[in-house]
Amino acid sequence: MGTIRLQSVTKRFDAVEVIPGVDLSIREGEFIVFVGPSGCGKSTILRLIAGLEDVSSGEIFIDEKPVAQEPASQRGLAMVFQSYALYPHMSVRGNIAFGLKMAGQPKELIEAKVAKAAETLNLTDYLDRKPRQLSGGQRQRVAIGRAIVREPKAFLFDEPLSNLDAALRVQMRLEIMQLHKTLKATMVYVTHDQVEAMTMADRIVVLNKGRIEQVGTPMELYDRPNSLFVAGFIGSPKMNLVSGPAAEQYGAATIGIRPEHIAIGEGAKAVTARIRIAEHLGSDTFIHLDTDELGALTVRAQGHVEAAPGTSLSVILDPARIHRFDAHGKVIVHA
Amino acid sequence: MARAIPLQRRLFMTILAWAAGLLIFFPVLWTVLTSFKTELEAFSTPPKLFFFDWTLENYSIVQERSNYLRFASNSIILSVGSTLIALAFGIPAAWAMAFQPGKRTKDLLMWMLSTKMMPPVGALIPLYLGFRDMGLLDTRGGLIAVLFLINLPIVVWMLYTYFKEIPVDILEAARMDGASLWKELVFVLAPMAVPGIASTMLLNVILAWNEAFWTLNLSTSEAAPLTVFIASYSSPEGLFWAKLSAASTMAIAPILVLGWFAQRQLVRGLTFGAVK
Repeated sequence: MGTIRLQSVTKRFDAVEVIPGVDLSIREGEFIVFVGPSGCGKSTILRLIAGLEDVSSGEIFIDEKPVAQEPASQRGLAMVFQSYALYPHMSVRGNIAFGLKMAGQPKELIEAKVAKAAETLNLTDYLDRKPRQLSGGQRQRVAIGRAIVREPKAFLFDEPLSNLDAALRVQMRLEIMQLHKTLKATMVYVTHDQVEAMTMADRIVVLNKGRIEQVGTPMELYDRPNSLFVAGFIGSPKMNLVSGPAAEQYGAATIGIRPEHIAIGEGAKAVTARIRIAEHLGSDTFIHLDTDELGALTVRAQGHVEAAPGTSLSVILDPARIHRFDAHGKVIVHA
Repeated sequence: MARAIPLQRRLFMTILAWAAGLLIFFPVLWTVLTSFKTELEAFSTPPKLFFFDWTLENYSIVQERSNYLRFASNSIILSVGSTLIALAFGIPAAWAMAFQPGKRTKDLLMWMLSTKMMPPVGALIPLYLGFRDMGLLDTRGGLIAVLFLINLPIVVWMLYTYFKEIPVDILEAARMDGASLWKELVFVLAPMAVPGIASTMLLNVILAWNEAFWTLNLSTSEAAPLTVFIASYSSPEGLFWAKLSAASTMAIAPILVLGWFAQRQLVRGLTFGAVK
């Protein structure tokens, strides 16, 4: 089991309404990622699910049982914090075993579970160390170990990789995905990093100012963003957004096209551009252009492309890949 | 890297620090020295600093005239007892203020502290009459209650400052791990706050040990601590400086020793939160 359902959940801090009303169903075994800019309410929603904040109104169901009035300790969820939040006065063993001790499980069982978790997470050699003697990555593994031994109904991750350096972040990302495959448990993961969201999620929930902008699989959000906000947030480099007369030609207030859907080449519909700057990544080249008709554009070209700043280039926009948005920033669906 | 400080300046600062230290310590030193003089020498002008006939007679007379151990045991019971009760109330109170603050938490803390600003003599008469009517005069229970209440604001403040430094994430992690409020306090907060709780306890024991106003006014013999023992040597018929000094030395010795051993803990406790 491990379904989570939010029903008209709102949250206000004094007079400030941070979550105006959220409805969401999380299926069993799903990896859900909440993504959005800072202050969008993603962590708040996670904390509401966890029970670390009280809902102002609405109901939360875990396995279809209402839990909004239950304390965090009774909800049967586990959480991994950005700061790791390990108990500094306990050894790694003590940290991992703490939840089981609180549940009053027998000693032998606790030892067996701790040993198994430590093995899964490569922590066996560190069981007697204190958290301060561990590296950042190891600390985060202890935090994950603390979560998995309890066999919770669902795992909650609050930006767990933000404090790690880039290389470790990629590695831990893979480990968490592997863990999800092995445990087949429901996981709710909060991040502001859209790359993490795209790579890890079964479904992504894009949040903006406490509201859900769109829920969908990573490819749905990438291919069919339903608003300017989602279009701009998902994808790296960002989608090119063009307003004004050029957009009106397409019957929209704003049009968007991703950098990878602009090709370099000549043709009837080619646009002439001046190269402002080029970023060479080896696998790709990001070329930043200025055009008369469309303003500034970013183009993603595969491999290494010679692009000297100041020279001219002509590019073609893939018409099938142009997204159209109305004046309110909502997508215009093709008739 | 430490900045190089010129020798002259370092020398000057060292002398200044020693001078300030000696100045503060001088009354204690003088009391101890006087306790080894005869009554006559204790009065002599000019005063003799070290070169006098050292004698232990004051200590034996003081011991003969009054039962030091009874006063001392009362001091221990009153200071430790009131401190433990203050901690029992102070820890949950400080937890609530540090981790579940409300809109009025700051005001509440200020209000608690403001009770320490009132001159205690203002409350003496009502408290004395209340104690008399309830039969609490000269009882250990009554004195423990008073010492506990007058020091509670300081206990709460110190613990609050300490708890504020503990990341709330860790307590939340305990909650997520299924710990009830009680277990969270006992297994997570308390062990992490041990240095803070220890220094709060030490300071409070010292404050309660040295508290003279209430103990002198509300006790006479049965529950009387060492403060009453000292005061009994300053009588209107004539002061016995040497005996008074001997009594004072005996009264402050235990707490001085305790403070000496715990000074690191105390300094840390008093400056905690001041620098990060």
